[in-house]
Amino acid sequence: MSLKIKKGIPLIDQHDKNGMWGGKFGGNFVPETLKKPIEDLEKLFSKLRKDKSFIRERDYYFENYVGAPTPLIKLDNLTDHLGGAQLWAKVVSENPGTAHKVYACIVHCLIAKRAGKRYVCTDTGAGMQGKNLAMVAKKFGLKAKIFMGVRDIERQQKNVIVMKKYGAEVIPVTSGSQTLVDAVSECMRFWVANCQDVHMVIGSTVGPTVFVKISGYSTSQISRELKVQLIEEFGRIPEKLKLLNCVGGGSSAYGFWSEFIDYNKKHVQLIGVEAGGSKKSKLHAAPLSNNSKLGILHGAKAYCIQDNDGQIGETESLSSGLDYPSVSPLHCFLKDTGRAEYTSATDEEALNAYKLVSKLENISPSLEPSHAFATAISLAPKLSKDTILCIDSCGHSLKDSEIIREKLGFYTE
Amino acid sequence: MKSEIQLTFENCKKEKRPVLLTYTVASDPNKKKSLQIINSIAKHADIIELGFPHSTPVGDGGQIQTSSNRAIKNGFKMRDAFQIVNKFKKIYKNKPVILMGYYNMIYQYGENNFLKECKKAGVSGIICVDLPWPENKNFAKKCKKKLINFIQLLAPTTTKDRMKQIIKASHDMVYYISMLSTTGGKLKISPRKILDSYKKIKRINSKKNLVIGFGITDKTIKSLKSADGLVVGSLLCKTITNSLKMRQNPVTKLDKVVYNLKNKIL
Repeated sequence: MSLKIKKGIPLIDQHDKNGMWGGKFGGNFVPETLKKPIEDLEKLFSKLRKDKSFIRERDYYFENYVGAPTPLIKLDNLTDHLGGAQLWAKVVSENPGTAHKVYACIVHCLIAKRAGKRYVCTDTGAGMQGKNLAMVAKKFGLKAKIFMGVRDIERQQKNVIVMKKYGAEVIPVTSGSQTLVDAVSECMRFWVANCQDVHMVIGSTVGPTVFVKISGYSTSQISRELKVQLIEEFGRIPEKLKLLNCVGGGSSAYGFWSEFIDYNKKHVQLIGVEAGGSKKSKLHAAPLSNNSKLGILHGAKAYCIQDNDGQIGETESLSSGLDYPSVSPLHCFLKDTGRAEYTSATDEEALNAYKLVSKLENISPSLEPSHAFATAISLAPKLSKDTILCIDSCGHSLKDSEIIREKLGFYTE
Repeated sequence: MKSEIQLTFENCKKEKRPVLLTYTVASDPNKKKSLQIINSIAKHADIIELGFPHSTPVGDGGQIQTSSNRAIKNGFKMRDAFQIVNKFKKIYKNKPVILMGYYNMIYQYGENNFLKECKKAGVSGIICVDLPWPENKNFAKKCKKKLINFIQLLAPTTTKDRMKQIIKASHDMVYYISMLSTTGGKLKISPRKILDSYKKIKRINSKKNLVIGFGITDKTIKSLKSADGLVVGSLLCKTITNSLKMRQNPVTKLDKVVYNLKNKIL
């Protein structure tokens, strides 16, 4: 089957009847117990997408709670410093949840309310997903259970404290590598056992098809805003535009790109930056840029770091939010169709990028978007002045203050 | 020709008792011992389920996770599972062995290669936790061609229409998940309620051999003995973990536990 993206249809809807993109990525590889809950959720979500009152409510919270649109700013000092392409940032982290996770959390909580569920559960790596779901669940009167690997609890203490402050229960996950991959597994297990009362929220565009769709549907808000902002700023979509985004599970990247997928790639280039891990280590969390094999993890078929037997491989990244062995089926599809390109940045490159950006500009990207900044910084000097490099600054660095202080010797709040 | 699995059910029916299925993990606690374990418990068990451990078992609770991790840490490779079955079948020629695990392992091995190895080793059936119907249609067909049972699962959340379709697609044996839980959870509904659901499923097609699994222990097994078959897994994995902790031989410990389970359903 030839892989081709259709124009005029959101990418999240370009799957076949088995829930697979290009007949190859995604799907519903789940225990039988979850088939019915997933089918119920699919029905409800497709109904709500056509429901005007639901959309009105969604937009109300996006505007009045998130504060849409988040700013698009030119990074003048960084542009001058690098002397090449113009650098711009969409500061998505300027919202009460300080990350793009807020969009899907709002949509999921609205769905949970309509489904009559009183509990929501989710996985979290960096704690951004957990923090946002805790915050939004509290607003909507839902009880939240957050599954988080013990290793991540240690390195992202700041977010754990916030989650608890919002009244969420944080459940430490001690199995396996004690990071995001295990948190997702444990959250799915909890849903298997409690699917009648609990609405599960997956923190990215991963998992069974409907979760990929809800997540992508929600973060698409980012590129809807960006499109308007670019036209306001330049009078049109700039001729040489490159959109750079970090990719872990891939929800922020999909949301940053969704409105631009139909453009010719010479016009709007999409560049995803995965976590390359430490410079000194062979381990990474970058399945796309390392040509990992197709595998099945957490209900979906996608490129996945694994051994020959199919055991899921160990990953490594300083940024908990990118530290995941697989990636969204949407990005596998974008890669194989050639629409998006994927590269990786190391821990050290991300830290250096953070250092430079926060020194020169009034923004403070977390370690995740710092990976995208790292690639932008290395590209910019080689490009013409009429090239627009736009980076999604999808998370704020406050959660990383301890890691940054340890690695760089300082952190300015 | 009737399958080994079908014959086992027919024989137990004649003896007016349910089929006892045991689940242990291949290479837990190591390759040699896991073979010794199934060689020993097969004196009491009617069907041996052998798990091929996966690093990310989303359907399993703590006990089976612990066993799986132990096996992987001790160097488990897929070919070990086939070798264990092969050796077991040399002693127990007619005792069915069912391999159970997650789809990524089968996918990476290649479906056809996997089935070829199963056939060579003498595997009678396959349970794939995360390959539900209709996702399993193709693979189940391939199994049938090789005269290997693909065992379909039913859950308390499965609708009646879906059950009918799944049972229609099933081979000799169907597995009913007793409750909303991962493996090894505490039985949170009464055995009577489980049997009510069981009977409803049997009414769809009384000829299909229906086994109940999840949450079955030495304490609950007796109350479910009217079923066609009963699966015990987590209790056995837990027994291995405990005997390792106490520096006891898991082989003799498991032998005792399974002997006890069998006595409760005679």
